[in-house]
Parts: sequence; structure tokens; C-alpha cells
Amino acid sequence: MIELQNVSRTFTVGDQQVAALRDINMQLGEGEYLSIMGPSGSGKSTLLNLLGLLDRASAGTYLLDGGNVTDLSDVQQAHVRSQKIGFVFQSFHLVPRLTAAQNIELPMMLAGIPAEERKQRVAELIASYGLSERADHRPDQLSGGQRQRVAIARATVMSPAVLLADEPTGNLDRTTGWEVLKLLEQLTERGITLVIVTHDAEIGARALRQIHMLDGAIISDEKRAL
Amino acid sequence: MKLADTLYFASGSLRGSPTRTLLMMLAMSIGVAAVVVLTALGEGARRYVINQFSSLGTNLVIVLPGRSETAGIGAGMMTGQTPRDITLDDAEALLRSTAVKRIAPLTIGSATLSLDALNREVVVLGSTASLLEVRHMAMSIGRFLPPGDIHESASVCVLGIKIKQELFGNNQAVGQWVRLGDRRFRVIGIMSSQGESMGFNTDEVVIVPVASAHQLFNTAGLFRVLIEAKNRDVIEQAKREAEEILFQRHNEKDVTVITQDAVLATFDRILTALTMAVGGIAAISLAVAGVLIMNVMLIAVAQRVKEIGLLKALGAPGRQIRNLFFAEAVLLSGIGSLAGLVLGYAGSMIIGQIYPSLPVSPPWWAVLAACGTALGTGILFSVWPARRAARLDPVAALSGR
Ligand SMILES: Nc1ncnc2c1ncn2[C@@H]1O[C@H](COP(=O)(O)OP(=O)(O)OP(=O)(O)O)[C@@H](O)[C@H]1O
Ligand SMILES: [Mg+2]
Repeated sequence: MIELQNVSRTFTVGDQQVAALRDINMQLGEGEYLSIMGPSGSGKSTLLNLLGLLDRASAGTYLLDGGNVTDLSDVQQAHVRSQKIGFVFQSFHLVPRLTAAQNIELPMMLAGIPAEERKQRVAELIASYGLSERADHRPDQLSGGQRQRVAIARATVMSPAVLLADEPTGNLDRTTGWEVLKLLEQLTERGITLVIVTHDAEIGARALRQIHMLDGAIISDEKRAL
Repeated sequence: MKLADTLYFASGSLRGSPTRTLLMMLAMSIGVAAVVVLTALGEGARRYVINQFSSLGTNLVIVLPGRSETAGIGAGMMTGQTPRDITLDDAEALLRSTAVKRIAPLTIGSATLSLDALNREVVVLGSTASLLEVRHMAMSIGRFLPPGDIHESASVCVLGIKIKQELFGNNQAVGQWVRLGDRRFRVIGIMSSQGESMGFNTDEVVIVPVASAHQLFNTAGLFRVLIEAKNRDVIEQAKREAEEILFQRHNEKDVTVITQDAVLATFDRILTALTMAVGGIAAISLAVAGVLIMNVMLIAVAQRVKEIGLLKALGAPGRQIRNLFFAEAVLLSGIGSLAGLVLGYAGSMIIGQIYPSLPVSPPWWAVLAACGTALGTGILFSVWPARRAARLDPVAALSGR
């Protein structure tokens, strides 16, 4: 469902060209669980942003759900993000003045979904993520694990096909990190394609498919036997 | 995104920083209130002047001696002549015009009014019975000047209420004799109080028949002839015919005829311009408030870079982000101008209480202009910050770069 063909991304810093991604080729099927690992600066986040249509490739082709999304306009890209892609960030990125429920509701509000439908969907998610008691709390009244659960609920509220997580456990302690990871893994059982970027080899090893990167290139792409 | 949601979200971000929001609204509302109060004052002054003029009489045409040349030097000035007098016969001749309802000749001078040992300097008006109607005056006690021959110099007088009080106190005045200059006059009536009108206090005058006044001041020329036209439509005709009649009698154009309407219109124009100028100056404070909004919006964009990045990641196109910031500006300036209107009207009412004679009420166009300017500057000055927000690169914004 995702295919990158000869994708590269170069940044211009001053008059220097920094190659963050070099000639990336990869395919990703529906419901796949992929982890991307590699040292700092190897291009993991850049790759994830490209997959999430937050960034554009300098060269190459990106096919999503069979369609070519490489040259979509900003507005079209935003629409694809809204409908097909969910993001989970290391630093949660919750809107501080909104309650947990309102944060979860946000993507639906931006997409123009009617209020009743939103309320219903948010209530379902809040219940299934065990946040019922925290629905009306603002982010600063929540623990790290709760914040990340709110963020995951927000990322899934539009039922996306792909969930992209950049170091989702990076700001959490071990136990909470594992809980959050389990939550994400459960999503793959429902057919979501999950991509996790991580430094943590132990976490990365849980994925059925693992990619290692170095200097903007994929140096290994392995599938783990079940 | 739905409009209601956009407004709701924008109001949420405004509430998120209440101090900043309140200060901006304060700036907006002070600007709007300034426009409202200042134009209310200007408009009040305009109405005050017009009321004063209207209280002089309706459909008035005024004849005064001398040719007033608005351009260049008049004939009289070249030859050193004083203009020819307007005589009582001239005044009576004006009645030949079919547009004229009545006339009241007017002579003005000052004389010493005395009763026994009491005496004081007074303004003496010489006129006829018609003055009462032409000038919309009213009697308190007794009669006004008797109708009859304009040349008859009867020894009767009518006192202003204040003069009567000073001379007679609470005693009966009508029927008493007073001395005006070297001549004795019998008091036949007392004017009712009318207060000041165009700097001319009818409470402090003594009115005598015009012929008596001419003898008193030893003159034959009138100060003014007040003409009341039959109705509004024939004012111009009355003016034209008055000019013709006096031209025939004097064989030259040596009088000036003005209509009250023309004078009024001039004042109206001047004062409206003044009101607009004052309102315009106040509107500058609105522009200042607009710059303030822009500044604060830019800060808001900088502070909320991560949030903007997030919204983009969640699928908001640039246009939506821009609309969110527009909505904030509209809410700010909208609520600010509402508050300003309330402030402005309250201020106008307070001024109205302090100066009851001034009919202060802000003109509708000023209210519209103030709110329009407030909303306009609010939106205009948020264009740049909103565009800046809409164009942020999502990756950079998310990482706070
Ligand atoms: N906006 C940018 N401008 C210039 N260079 C950039 C930019 N973003 C990334 N880079 C460069 O691209 C390379 C890859 O960056 P990237 O953020 O993808 O690394 P990463 O693998 O996610 O690292 P980390 O594990 O530290 O998050 C780095 O050398 C980085 O300096
Ligand atoms: Mg990274």
C-alpha cells in the first residue's frame, strides 16, 4: 500500500547540500508492523515525515494506496493526511488549553465532521483507552503515559490506514513505554499499518519487520519470523 | 472545518491568554469609544447651533444695509460712501412681494433706563407688532407693541423679564412709566423668559416702537428687516423680490439679503466637516489599535508554532490555519468594538448629563464607520500574521524551529 521509488531528500544548509535520505526504495503492505532504527542523524525522522506527507522528496516517487502522491498540492496533501495518516510524537504535542476529549476530537473538527458524530466517536475511544476519568482534564493534569494515550486516541480517531510514531516511548519510563507500545501493537491487529522510529533495540526488535538506516540509506531490511 | 467550530476554536485560543486578549480589546474599544464620543460632541454642537438658528424664527429672510461683496472690494469702499439707509418706507414696501407673509423692521441701540433713582444701561430694540410672531417670542404679562402705523412713535415699551425684575422686583410693572434716555415710556407688557439665543438675551432688552427708537437714537436707518416668507418654498422668491424692490427704490444694489436657510446650511457644512475631522482623528487611534493587533498576532503565531505544526500534521490545510487566525482577529475587534460602543454611548450620556443644553448623540454614520474601521483594521492587520502561520513548514513547526 506504500511504495517509495528512488526517493532522496537533500537539505540546503547555507551553500551546502546535506543528503538526509539517499535513494530509498521500500514497500509496505497493509497491516504491516515496521520499526526503523539507526544512529542519530541517519534520516529516520526525515523518512517518517516523507511517509506522512509532512515533507516532500527531492527526487523519486511516492505511491500511497496505488495513487501517486509525490506531486500533490499542499491542500491535497493535507486532505490525505487528514484521511489516511495518524501521527504520534515523542513529545505528545497535545494542545495545552484543550481537554483530553477536545484534543482527541481535534482531527474530526478540522475535517468538518458534525458535532454529534464527533462526540460519539470520542466517547468510544476514551472508554477503550481507559481515559474515562481523565476526559475533562487538560494535558498538564495528565501523566506522561496518559498524555501519550490521548495522543494515540487522537491519531486513530479518523481511522487512518497508516500510523507513524516517532520515538513514541522516548519521553516515558520503561513500564509506561511498554504499555504504550502494546497499545500501538494492538492497532495492527485491526489492519493499521504501523511504523515506529526508535533508538531502543529492544523495542525495535518487537516489530515483525525492521529497517536499519545509516547516513540516509537503508542498510538492512529484515522480517522476523513469527 | 465548520464556521462555528472555527469561531469556537479561535475563541478558545483567545481565552487561553486572557490578559493579552483583554488588553487588545481595551485598545480596540477605546478607539471606538473615542470616535463615538467625539462625533457625538461634534454632532451635538451642530444640532445646538441649528436649534439656536431655528429658534430665531422660521422661513426667515434677513435684509441688512450695505452690499457685502464676497469677492474683491465693494463699490462703497472705493468711493468712501457709507451705504444708504434702509428706511421704514423701504421696509413697508417689502410687503408688496407676494411671497412675504410679514415683516419686522429692527433698530438696535443702547440707552439708559431709569425708574426713580434706579437706572441701568439696556439694549433697546425698535420694532413693530409683527416682531412677536416673526421672532417666535412670547409674552408673560400684558400686551406686545400695538399694531398700527409704522411711523407712529408711541411712548410704550415692553420689558424683558430680567429688566422687569431688576427695576420692579415683584411689584406690578405694567401701566408704570419708565424713562428711556430723555423720554418717558409706559410699560405695556413683559416678555416671558427665553434665555440666550445667538448671543442675544431677550430677557435683558427693552422693546419700543421702531419710530420711537429712531427718535431716541436720532437715526432713520434700520439695523435689519426680518422678513417671514409665506412658506419654505417661496423663501428664494422672497429674497429675490426683496432685492428687486429695494433696487428699484435705491436705484442701486446697496443691501444684502440673506436667507436663514443659507446661513444654516453654511453652519451645517462647517460643523459636519468638523465632526468628521474629529472623528477621523479618533479613527487614527483605531489604526494604532490595529497595529497593536498585528504585533500581538505575530507574537501569538510565534508562540503557537508547535500548535500550528500539529494542526497541519492533523490534516489542516494552510487556508484553514489562516481562517483560524482571521477568526481570532474578527472576534477581538468585534467584541472590542461592541465594548467600545457601550463605552462611547455611556460617555455621551454622561456628557449629556453634564451639559443638558447640548443634544449629544453619536451620528449613525460615525457608529458604523467606527465599527467598520475597527473590524477592517483588525482583519487587515491580521492578514500578514495569518499568512505567516499558514505558510509555516509543518516539520520545522513541529520541532519548534
Ligand atoms: N530542516 C533541516 N535542515 C537541514 N538539515 C536537516 C534538516 N532536517 C534534518 N536535517 C539533517 O538530515 C539528517 C537526518 O536527520 P533526521 O532528523 O532524519 O535524523 P534522525 O535519524 O531522526 O536522528 P535522531 O535519531 O537524532 O532523531 C541529519 O544530518 C540532519 O542534520
Ligand atoms: Mg529523529
